[in-house]
Amino acid sequence: MSLMSLTALELGRKIKAKEVTVEQAVLEAFEAIEESEEKLNSFVTLNKKAALKRAKEVQKAIEEGTLKGPLAGVPVAVKDNMCTKDLLTTCSSKILYNFLPTYTAQAVMNLEEAGAIVIGKTNMDEFAMGSTTETSAFGATKNPWNEAHVPGGSSGGSCAAVAAEECSFALGSDTGGSIRQPSSFCGVTGIKPTYGTVSRYGLIAYGSSLDQIGPVAKDVSDCAAILEVIASYDEKDSTSVKREDYDFTSALIDDVKGMKIGIPRDYFGEGLEEEVKEAVLKAAEELRKKGAIVEEFDLSLVEYAIPAYYVIACAEASSNLARFDGVKYGYRTKEYDGLHNMYKKSRSEGFGEEVKRRIMLGSFVLSSGYYDAYYIKALRTKALIKKAFDKAFASYDIILGPAAPTTAPKLGESLSDPIKMYLGDIYTIAVNLAGLPGISLPCGFDKKGLPIGLQLIGDCFQEKKMIQAAYTYEKTREGKHSPFSKQADTTLGQKGESRS
Amino acid sequence: MPNIISDETIEYVGILAKLELDEVQKEHAKKDIGEMLDYIDKLNELDTANVEPMSHVFPVNNVFREDVILNEDGSYDTLKNAPSEKNGGFEVPKTIG
Repeated sequence: MSLMSLTALELGRKIKAKEVTVEQAVLEAFEAIEESEEKLNSFVTLNKKAALKRAKEVQKAIEEGTLKGPLAGVPVAVKDNMCTKDLLTTCSSKILYNFLPTYTAQAVMNLEEAGAIVIGKTNMDEFAMGSTTETSAFGATKNPWNEAHVPGGSSGGSCAAVAAEECSFALGSDTGGSIRQPSSFCGVTGIKPTYGTVSRYGLIAYGSSLDQIGPVAKDVSDCAAILEVIASYDEKDSTSVKREDYDFTSALIDDVKGMKIGIPRDYFGEGLEEEVKEAVLKAAEELRKKGAIVEEFDLSLVEYAIPAYYVIACAEASSNLARFDGVKYGYRTKEYDGLHNMYKKSRSEGFGEEVKRRIMLGSFVLSSGYYDAYYIKALRTKALIKKAFDKAFASYDIILGPAAPTTAPKLGESLSDPIKMYLGDIYTIAVNLAGLPGISLPCGFDKKGLPIGLQLIGDCFQEKKMIQAAYTYEKTREGKHSPFSKQADTTLGQKGESRS
Repeated sequence: MPNIISDETIEYVGILAKLELDEVQKEHAKKDIGEMLDYIDKLNELDTANVEPMSHVFPVNNVFREDVILNEDGSYDTLKNAPSEKNGGFEVPKTIG
């Protein structure tokens, strides 16, 4: 059995108990990567030499008692839009093909200080723009459950790497569903925290008012423990929020008695696959059996979230991506005629099609004459959507629904029709607009054997209620978190067994 | 009513976005943006006349702090990423004739 079959917390305990060394864990991660990468392409860059060096340092610190945290010595894969000092950070784009950051993102820094070992950078949709990880300039990532299917996106590399047991856990980022949707497609667990909970310092911006970094892992306990480490108030991020609570693992309680769970009727309409619907409603029933009060309600405005999102996200992207101009870093075109031509040619050759599409749409909706009709209109819609959630959370602790309307589509099926691809984010996008926390966790499989994801949404700063409900559901489930796992069948979510 | 993007508009968007498009790409972009706007026009079904635009979900204020230098001089490492550098600065094509 590979050490990568263990959850992050299990591996951390084994390391602490001196049953295995940090070096062994890191070497096993790279063995797994060697075995799977050719098929899956989860990683853009591997960090083997530095990881092995760091493993020795961390081992020493654990033995000396200076590193005591639950993630000390545990191998982590980081999405390639988070800056890592001296380690290639490409955003899966040609325009950053050679970029070596001079500093490390705060979330990654927090993990490193807790002793986690960064083993590599994971593939993603270029600049996190996409829902399939097919827009990467370095080739698509495949779904470990079935290589003919996409892993979802944009954090597809991170989710595939966790599912394929190429790492113990990973970091992803979520602007419109980019952690929750690929977690759903890959049968892993991922959290998008409340906006402002995890520092965005060093996260290469896509839609700054929506972006959040979050954990991708094998179960709820891991996600809570990882979030506890990466979340921090950060002066360097002007939208960072000083929270009252960071003790997310204290919510790992197997109990939902009296918890009020709302199921939006409008999440179960047209476009939702029958098998997904059944699995999600079955999960709701399990929570009801555990004592939760489960009711249906009308959330409203669901169909307006996607158009509002594309206006806001693309507008912000058009501004954020203006920095890629062939001057300070990354790709510069070979031949040009003057400064402006150099900018234009470098950008046109360096960005992929989806990125250019979104930059152009964003430039358009912000241009004079269209600003009020599109951008301001979208911001007004966002206010209405937030109000609809506020109303829902006045009655419910948690909102329950699917993470995505379908299981993972086949490779090559999505990119030809962008609007159809965008519709795949219908259940996740509003959560970003309203700044809410959301979790996706496995709740079954379809007939093709592809995982189905359950999404639980909490009110702002109510991660703990969400984690408690997710943990309680996980306990009811006999499942497997990975197609590779030999032991998972017998350990994950077994009834009544305590894992913490 | 479908949105028709004119040649002038796409030219202007190209200037704003600092992207160079050939004729084929321009036609593609016109169609793409038009279709996206058709879809986005769905927002017009909502009466938002009395709704304040919300740019941030939480109340945000300016965050002030003293300008204290915490990092060391990183100019050498920063310039290593530049496609072209000269005398400790970023090198760009001649901007004034």
